Amino acid sequence: MRTIYILWLRQLKRFIRKKSTLIGALGQPLIFLLAFGFGLSPIFERAGAGNYIQFIAPGIIGMTVLFTAIFTGIEIIWEKQFGFLKEAFVAPVSRFEILLGKTLGGATVAMIQGVLVFIICLFVGFRPVNISMLPLALLFLILIAILFAALGTTIAARLDDMQGFPLIINFVIQPLFYLSGALFPIVGLPRALELVTRINPLSYGIDAMRYALGGASAFSPWLSLSVLVGVIIVVLIVGIYQFSKIEL
Amino acid sequence: MIDIKNVTKKYGDFTAVDDISLKVNEGEVFAFLGPNGAGKTTTIKMLTTLLRPTYGEIFLNGHNVMENPSQTRHSFGIVFQDPSLDNMQFHAMLYNLKDYKNRIDKLLGLVELLDRKNDFVKTFSGGMKRRLEIARGLLHLPKVLFLDEPTIGLDPQTRNHIWNYVRNLNKEEKVTVFFTTHHMEEVERYGDKIAIIDHGKIIAQGTIEEICKKAGADKLEDAFIALTGKNIRKESSNFSKSTMRGFHRQ
Repeated sequence: MRTIYILWLRQLKRFIRKKSTLIGALGQPLIFLLAFGFGLSPIFERAGAGNYIQFIAPGIIGMTVLFTAIFTGIEIIWEKQFGFLKEAFVAPVSRFEILLGKTLGGATVAMIQGVLVFIICLFVGFRPVNISMLPLALLFLILIAILFAALGTTIAARLDDMQGFPLIINFVIQPLFYLSGALFPIVGLPRALELVTRINPLSYGIDAMRYALGGASAFSPWLSLSVLVGVIIVVLIVGIYQFSKIEL
Repeated sequence: MIDIKNVTKKYGDFTAVDDISLKVNEGEVFAFLGPNGAGKTTTIKMLTTLLRPTYGEIFLNGHNVMENPSQTRHSFGIVFQDPSLDNMQFHAMLYNLKDYKNRIDKLLGLVELLDRKNDFVKTFSGGMKRRLEIARGLLHLPKVLFLDEPTIGLDPQTRNHIWNYVRNLNKEEKVTVFFTTHHMEEVERYGDKIAIIDHGKIIAQGTIEEICKKAGADKLEDAFIALTGKNIRKESSNFSKSTMRGFHRQ
């Protein structure tokens, strides 16, 4: 437990120290909010689907958490090359603890970013329908954060240098985001696209946040909860295995 | 203190370390020498629980390294070739140390960094980072200190200082020192015993005099070249995982 806490604390301290990453990570969601939120708003409303800012805000929050969480996981590649991971591996702590500490640290950082973007959304005109549902939204935010921090960590365990980085952006992060229902409703899509969005765990996370923040949703929150928890467990199991195989 | 028994490490068909046996006694300053790619770093990684030997057994401070990694890890400290630049307190917490504040001050004093105690590591020079690494590696009172090329890229002054600290520690705290280097004069000055590894096999071990005598040379540098040949090795010392995977595929 102590090791997990220490690694978590280290991650958090590093995050607080690097203010440039914090501000940098807010740029993309802001652009999405402004460009998509305002740009597509008239069409969305004319189609009778309601206020687009109201619709897209949970998606943008989910996107922020997705990107930040995977990136903090990917930091491990860096730490592999620059010694920290070796230092942790020769210390009398188990690799499982290291994995959990890194994952929870990354998830916490991502969660903070998500909450910041939520506040930005409020400024742009987003209004949660029911304030008493906010804790539920936070719960799903945390689950998304843990899921993708664990995924980032698991991927990083397999990669040895940053050259694999574009691969992760283009084949993991981008598809997860664009095919998740963050930007468009997942009801009434072409069959193939609908199938893809339904096997994407992020869809469930964003849908559940939408349920908690805005009311309209495609899945039951219980289904979303089970899917997210289930996938977290699977990813962690794979991660533990991958971590035990790391040779430095 | 260290007992390596018939250890082999294979990556697929490639044998990085080939059936080596080695004993290091308590309190010795032991030099582990060899050309690039000979198997030095692989051996240190096996000694420090980072790699599992394919065959053989290793005992460190009486603990079986493979079966008892946690106890083993409490017993050694290591200074890596590439410093990891984390702070002392973090290290202390990772090793679950209590009352480490005084110990940190003592060690920082020893490596003459006490006045920089509250500065960020990123503002340190190369030599200071290396000194800090040594202090960090000793924080948890290890019985064995591994130094993988501790003086690489440092000026003679800093090298001299670092070796004086290490020598002091070795005397005062009875720390066994296991180090690698390419500076033969360092070995002549500070080493007690030597093993030379080449192509994964130990080709000579003993005191400096014994090795020089065996090679019929006056100086260790000449003995080293006589024993390992004049050819420059293919630079393949640090097997990346992709190289290993390549070997698996063959």
